[in-house]
Formats: sequence, C-alpha cells, structure tokens
Amino acid sequence: MSSRDKILATVGQNQPAYSQLPDISFLKGDNDNTVAKFIDTLTTIGGKVILSETIADIRFLLLEELKNHTRKVTTVPLLGDIMEMVNKRLHDPHTMENIDYAIIEADLAVAENGAVWVTEDKLFTRVLPFITQHLAVIVKADNVVPTMHEAYEKIGNSTYGFGTFIAGPSKTADIEQSLVLGAHGARSLTVFLLS
Amino acid sequence: MKVGLFIPCYVDQFYPGSAIATLQLLEKLGVDVSYPPDQTCCGQPMANSGFEHLTGSCNRLFIKNFSGFDYIVCPSGSCVLHIKHHLHSEANEAEAAAMRGKVYELVEFLTDILKVEELNVEFPYKVGLHQSCHGQRGLYLSQMTELVAPAFSKPRQLLNMVKNLEIMPLDRPDECCGFGGTFCVAEEAVSVKMGQDRVADHLNNGVDYITSADLSCLMHMEGILHRRGSKVKVIHIAEILNGKRN
Amino acid sequence: MAEVFNKDENRVDWHDETLWFIRKKRDLAVKKIDNWEELRETASQIKNNVLSNLSNYLQEFEAKASANGVIVHWAADAVEHNQIVLNLLKQQGITQMVKSKSMLTEECHLNEHLEANGINVIDSDLGERIVQLAKEMPSHIVLPCIHKKKEEIGELFHEHLGTPAGNADPQFLTETARQHLRDVFLTRRAALTGVNFAIAETGEFVVCTNEGNADMGAHLADIHIASMGIEKIIPERKHLSVFLRLLTRSATGQPITTYSSHFSKPRQGKEMHIILVDNGRSIQLGREDFRNSLKCIRCGACMNTCPVYRRSGGHSYHYAISGPIGAILAPNLDMEKYADLPFASTLCGSCSNVCPVKIDIHDQLYKWRQVIVQKGYAPTAKKVSMQAMANVLGSSWKYHAAGKAARTVMHLAPFAVNNKFNPWYKHRDMPEVPEKSFGEWYKINRNK
Repeated sequence: MSSRDKILATVGQNQPAYSQLPDISFLKGDNDNTVAKFIDTLTTIGGKVILSETIADIRFLLLEELKNHTRKVTTVPLLGDIMEMVNKRLHDPHTMENIDYAIIEADLAVAENGAVWVTEDKLFTRVLPFITQHLAVIVKADNVVPTMHEAYEKIGNSTYGFGTFIAGPSKTADIEQSLVLGAHGARSLTVFLLS
Repeated sequence: MKVGLFIPCYVDQFYPGSAIATLQLLEKLGVDVSYPPDQTCCGQPMANSGFEHLTGSCNRLFIKNFSGFDYIVCPSGSCVLHIKHHLHSEANEAEAAAMRGKVYELVEFLTDILKVEELNVEFPYKVGLHQSCHGQRGLYLSQMTELVAPAFSKPRQLLNMVKNLEIMPLDRPDECCGFGGTFCVAEEAVSVKMGQDRVADHLNNGVDYITSADLSCLMHMEGILHRRGSKVKVIHIAEILNGKRN
Repeated sequence: MAEVFNKDENRVDWHDETLWFIRKKRDLAVKKIDNWEELRETASQIKNNVLSNLSNYLQEFEAKASANGVIVHWAADAVEHNQIVLNLLKQQGITQMVKSKSMLTEECHLNEHLEANGINVIDSDLGERIVQLAKEMPSHIVLPCIHKKKEEIGELFHEHLGTPAGNADPQFLTETARQHLRDVFLTRRAALTGVNFAIAETGEFVVCTNEGNADMGAHLADIHIASMGIEKIIPERKHLSVFLRLLTRSATGQPITTYSSHFSKPRQGKEMHIILVDNGRSIQLGREDFRNSLKCIRCGACMNTCPVYRRSGGHSYHYAISGPIGAILAPNLDMEKYADLPFASTLCGSCSNVCPVKIDIHDQLYKWRQVIVQKGYAPTAKKVSMQAMANVLGSSWKYHAAGKAARTVMHLAPFAVNNKFNPWYKHRDMPEVPEKSFGEWYKINRNK
C-alpha cells in the first residue's frame, strides 16, 4: 500500500460527519471612498501613491525618477521608448539581477490592505517585482475594490501560472520588532493611480 | 423562589467573611436563601488537574445537597463554571442537567435574575476591578477585549450603584492573574510572575482595593500584596455590595 | 518549565511586553473590521467542512495540481518527507538549497537530515536565518527570533557574516542579510517553501511572506519544492478572501503580508513539486475532542495573547510548535514526551477568543489533561494527592474535619506551612486563618 493510499484510507476513516460549506456571498466591502482608503492604507504601510491622468503623465514623471537609476525596465509598451522593455521570451531570470527600477501594470488593487494583484502574463517573468530594487505599479483607479472579497470576485476562475498580491515594499520586523523596509523584495513601491 | 447558597470550599475555610456578605446581601434583597450544611467542594481542583474521573463523589454530594432549590447561587465564577460544564450523575443525568441550568454566580444572579437597580451602600475608595477569566470568558460576566463586540460589564454595573466608589482603569483590563488552580504551585514561577504583574498594574493605577467575583484570584494576589508589605487590600465584590466600610 | 527563563526577570518583562504589543496591534487591526466575528465564524465553518471532506479535497487538489504540471508526492511521516526532499535534490545533483519559512519542516527536522546527507540548507527568512546561525529552534511560529535581543543578533552577524562588532542597528543588519541572502537566491538551483493555503478547486497554493524570500528563492530555482501539511487545504479560491483577511491581522496586526503569492504551474522548463505530509494529522483527525486543532492556519495569535507563553518563551514548550496550539497538537504525536504541555496553562481562554478559526483551544487543553492522566502519564505524587483530595472532598464529615485541622495547624504552628517546602509560600503569604469557617458561623447564627 503506498503512502498515498494509506493516508487517504486513514483520512477517509477518521474524518467527521459531513459539515456544510457556508455561503460567503454575504461578505462584502462597502464602496465608499474606496480610492481614498487605498491611498491611505498603502501610504501607512510604506508605499507611495501618485495620482496621474494618463500614461503620458507617468512618462513625464518617470523621466526625472529614472535619472536616479542605472538599469530600468518596464513591461508597459507605451513606456518602451524611455526604458528597456522586458523580454517576454526571457528564459533566464538571473539576468534581472541588476535591475534598479521596474514599472509594471496591475489589473486590480484592494483598498482595505493597499495591495495590487499582478499575474504572470503581466509580469513576463515571475521574479521581476521581487528582484528589482524599486518597484512601480500602474493601476486604474476604477479597478480599486474595497476588500479581498471583491478582489477574488474579479479574479474569478481565471487561469494563471503565477499571481501575487503585493502590498507595499518588502519588510521585516524580525530584529526586536523594529520595522525595516527593504528585506529581500523591492525596497520601495510606488503606485501610479490612473484616474 | 428558594435559593441554595453554594460556598466554595476554600471560601468556607479561609474567607468566611465573603460568604457571610453573600448571604446577608441576598437576605437584604428579600431572597429566601439557605445553606445546605453538608456541601463540600465542586470538584474543580481535581478536574482541572486531569482527574475529572475522581469527581463522582463530589458530584453526588452536590446533587444531594442542592436538589429542591429554584436557584443555586455561589460567589465564585470558576466554581459556577465548573458545575455548569461538568456536573454529571450516573444515577440521574436529567437531574444533573436541570441543576446545571439553575446554578448562578452571584453577580449574574443579581443583574439577570433579581435585576437589582439600586443598592444603598457606600464604598469611598479607588477600586481596581479584576476580571476573573472563568467569570468573564466562561460565564460572560463582561465583554472580553479579544472580541470585536459591544462592551458590557455586570460587575461594573453593580459597582456603579455603590456611592463614591471610583473604578480605576487598568493597563491590561482582562489579563489572567496566574492562579489557575493547581497551576499556582505546579508552575509556581510563572504563576507568581503573572500575579505580580497583575498586582503591579493595579498599584500603578493607584487603587486602594482590588475586587473581583472570584476569591481564588484575590487569594493569589493578596498573598503577593502581603509579601511586599503593600497597604492595598483585596475584597470580594459581595462585601462591597453588602456595605462593608473598611 | 519556565524556571530558567524566569530567572532573568527583566528579560521576561521584555519578552512579555514585546508580545503583548503585538497582541495590541492585532486588536487595533481587527477592530477596524466591523464584521470580524462573522469572518471568524465563516472561516471556522469552512474549516469544519474541510475536515469533514478532507479525503475528497486532497484527491481533487492532487488531480488539479497534477494537471497543471505540479508533481504531487505523499509522505506518511516526517522521515518519508525528508527522504522525498533528499531524493529530489540528489536526482538533480544538487547540494545546496534555500528554504523559506515552513513550520512543517521544523516539525520534520528537515534541515538536520539534509545536512547529515551533504546538503547545505540556508534559511532565507531573516528570523529563521538568525536562529539557524544561533543553532536554535525558532521560538514562535511567525516571529522565529522574538526571544533574541538585537545585540545578540548583532553578535551573531559579526561572528558569521563579518559585520562590525557591536553593531546592533536593525536597518544595517537587515541590509547585511539582504546582500548575503541575495547571493544565495541567485546561486541556488533548489528552493523549498512552505504552504499557507492549498486550493482544492484549482490545484494552486499560496505562500505569504513580508520579506519576499519565498518568491526570490522559488522564481530563480530550477526546482521548487513546497511542503504542506494535509490540513492546509481549503475548498475554493474565493475562500482565500476570508483567510487572507484573517491571517495577518491575527498574526501581526497588518492588513495583509507584503506578498501573497499564488503558485499554479511550474515556470517553463522548470520543476514544481508539492509534498503532502501526514505525520500524525490523520490520527488527530480521528480524535473527536481534538480534531479541531487541525483547523489551525498558523497565525500565532494564541501565542501572542497567552500570558504563560509570554512569560516562558517558546523554547520552554520543547516542540517545534509552541504556545497554546502546540500544547494541543504535540500530545497527539507523543503523549508521554509532551504530557506536560497541556498543564502549562491557567485555562484563561484568551487563546480561543483570538483564534481566527475558532479552535476551542482552552477546552482541548482541559480534555488533554484527562486523557494524559487516564493514560498514566501523571506523576505518581500527583495521582496520590488527587486521590486523597477526592476522598476528603467527597465526604462531608471528612471535609469538615480536614478543614478544621488545616486551620488549626496554620493557627497554632504557622511555621508548619510557612516554609520552603510549601511552594505557595516561596513568593506569596498564606491567607489569614479565620476563627470559624462559614459553615460553623452559619450553624451558630442561622440554624434555629
């Protein structure tokens, strides 16, 4: 008998009488001031929010910012003229090691925790938002939802090889509870909120 | 209504004043209360130590002593909680079940059954209210800080009826004092540390008295207060509500 | 249990204050969620459903994950888990691995097994790296080195990573760890992570970190191994909304971890493996009184609130998982070895009320005590004194006689109890002896 068979047999024998799954559709956020809440929350957890109207605005702001960084990349075609475009067919993520600044797009953001949701198809390479020293994310203000309940509703049953919620810069408080921003992931996170 | 007075074993032996106050308070409120003299102990010290299987004789004695009452009232949250959860009878489980529903801790009896609205007593002192864990989290005598739920407090409700009594705020309003039954000697170091921290919280907030609905907690804290030569005293809530003045 | 820890009272106070601070952060965060209690109840019911349908969910997960290209392994116990990991590495000629936080691997003592077989393992979570350098077990499931002061960490880094002596600045030390681990991430071909949640419906699994270390390891490695206890399954993807809202608020008071990474398929040309580990869980599942402990999502809230844990430290529980949840999980694995844990509690109930999935922890502590005593693991002295107590308290005349005798001794010969043989007396005075018991007073003053 394989371990699989043994485990499943014991589990099947020992599990309690069936207990109904609860309906969770009653769990909802409220739609008041969603964008304001998102900005407030993300700022509190160490992220930065910049309100912009168009990608052109962002490009304008970036021109200044990019002077501070050596290798800067993007996954956004409209920014491909001022920065290096990430190669969609990149096979070796190790070559991303020296990226200082990366700007990507997110499909949705969550007000209650300041997180943005990005999937592999938008990242081109999974390690990108973690390996870069500084991360920027473009998300439409219309795509900010109140809570994780609405977020998963939006995500639905879409398929992705990898997806992640990113809430602010990487951090740790492991040394005597002193909060330090910039652990192993990005040192900073800026969200460009497109109105 | 006939009320049977249930006095915890260690209260009977070491804190009879609190038992007397409980009796007198109920009598003043017009309750027909009597004390079955053959009662001993609810069995909690054994049960909490893993020896619930030895509490049969305590259970039998309890049922024998307290059958025939409409309510059983006791000035101890932990003893009441134990009876409510663990009173059983091999001979007559239905009677045990009925009895479990009739046992009340003193504070909840006053607020929920007698619905006391005023007391003509005074206690002009600064008082720290110790929420005993069994009373609070077990019997819901007051809301606990862990939950996101509306605040309420039955002991506070009663203490607010006492003239010139000032309830002092605490830094940790509902942390355990560390008595915990046989824990108090089995894990003596941690038990004492917890008690010392509780006492320090009250002292830092300037209390004259520490009160509670549970004398086990008070006995533990009193032991610590006396050892450090403190002037702060412990007093069971029954004595305050009964009009004790010093 | 905590005698050693308690010898340095300042340190105890520091440990207690630090963890109480985290409990307060949790309170602040959860009180912002109006329907927090409904959320807990919902999570509890979802987990009840999981336990009642675990066999089906495990098979569903396996099918979906396999269809996604993830290779699923089953390990009956810790030994088998460790062997599977070792074999996967040896097959690819790998001798170095980077690992992110997984309490399951602590439970299995994976690192020791791998090191003994020529595999170098580096723990990438900062707290875990610190205890690894100190050659200690983590003392808390979420905050592995909460028991360590920054000066001690500075010394460790000075000794092992070459930082200047005496430097205890958290910013500087974290930056050092970042540089040191970055090199590790970039050079390791194998990465092992834990699993916070695994979704039966889709075959994906979620790993939550603040540091980004799980991702840095997994997305750069050729082989990603994920170790998971079989109870970590949840039914549907949308249920993550409930658990991700509860987890980090309960753990640290943050609304969510920085990263909540959902792994579905391996990267192109690379391998992703998941090991489903039993190690006693299926047995616990059969214990009616204790199966609810398997609902645990490893948030650590019970530890932060426990007044005993805060003053004893995680190491005093001598098991990978400490605190209240450890005390109800461990006896299932070895009742004799862990017989002391359920007794290291006052049954205050705070743990059960912060638990995001409503495990009845303090009730289980009480029930384990009964089981442990019935199985014969109580010390003989205790058995004898309890029998004597039951004897006396079960009889009215014996009780009254004993009570009177005790009071008489205390009154006439206080030194008989006020001495070093009386553990109560070490730091507390005994109660004063009244002239009469209440029973005696009542007889005189009320009985006509």
